[in-house]
Amino acid sequence: MTTRLTDVWVYLAQTPLLWLTLTVLAYVAADALHRRLGRRAAANPVLVSVAILLAILVASGTSYDTYFEGAQFVHFLLGPATVALAVPLHRELGRVRARALRLGAALLAGSAVAIVSAVGVARLAGASRAVLMSLAPKSTTAPVAMGIAEKIGGLPSLTAALVILTGILGAVIGPGLLRLARVRDAAAAGFAMGVASHGIGTARAFQLGERAGAFSALGMGLNALVTSLLVPVLVKLFG
Amino acid sequence: MLRGFAVLLLFQLLGEILTRALGLPVPGPVVGMALLLVALELRPLSDELRATSSGLLAHLSFLFVPAGVGVMLHAPRLASEWPAVVVSLVASTAATLVVTGWIAGRLPRGAGAGEEAQP
Repeated sequence: MTTRLTDVWVYLAQTPLLWLTLTVLAYVAADALHRRLGRRAAANPVLVSVAILLAILVASGTSYDTYFEGAQFVHFLLGPATVALAVPLHRELGRVRARALRLGAALLAGSAVAIVSAVGVARLAGASRAVLMSLAPKSTTAPVAMGIAEKIGGLPSLTAALVILTGILGAVIGPGLLRLARVRDAAAAGFAMGVASHGIGTARAFQLGERAGAFSALGMGLNALVTSLLVPVLVKLFG
Repeated sequence: MLRGFAVLLLFQLLGEILTRALGLPVPGPVVGMALLLVALELRPLSDELRATSSGLLAHLSFLFVPAGVGVMLHAPRLASEWPAVVVSLVASTAATLVVTGWIAGRLPRGAGAGEEAQP
């Protein structure tokens, strides 16, 4: 019986199906927990499901390569999801045109501050070059940030981790900090959440209201474009 | 669903081809997003594409999970450099929020009020 169980495990551990299934199950469980805890930011489903999967991988002695054989099917969808951002962006275009200048200025300043302050502070604190290059695009959405990091000598999967940390951080401190800074306009607050902390910030902004959420999605989408243009230029200037 | 997915993949493919052919500093999917945005200005959005896009974007955070698990590959580096990383992330995220919100917050009075006026 034990050998048969071992045989089953040997089969399962090698097939993509097991790790794909566990990835989906871990997220479904983490999402359910998040809802039960009243959508507490600290119980972020991405954070919790990653922790569950890491525990399983370490306990079973499974390598990331074996895990990724299954998880790659989920990972691959980041590409089409990035393209899909064009749809909400398109929906907001008409509403945004009237105040394009103000939003454009906020976007450019915010995007530059995000890149320069992240790299500058980490460099002063003595981080290595690979970490600096992985930090540069940290405020933009994961697929874009990973693509940028890859091009400038960062580590895409480290970037993804930094992007997720940035998103959770923005979701936790964003609304309170913006209130302190006397940003009372919902559109402006949402826009800032999207520029600073992409999708996870956008999810939080939708809890503040529809308008904050819509402008957050816009900030996230536009910052994807601006960051991918700004990072290579800034790296060339200061790198 | 399938047609919408085909459109997204096609624009991603076009984006990847353009990025590589022209040596652009932008990731292929971002170029695909920009191309789709232009296309949506020229032609009305199909229901299929709307459904597929909102379906994918509703689960955007789920798609981050495999990459997030990739943290395990970088655990040694993060362990040795975590103070620099934490200080950088907190300072930079706070600065970005305040600067962006402050400039965008100087919107003309009643900005966003046009939202209800549009169908």
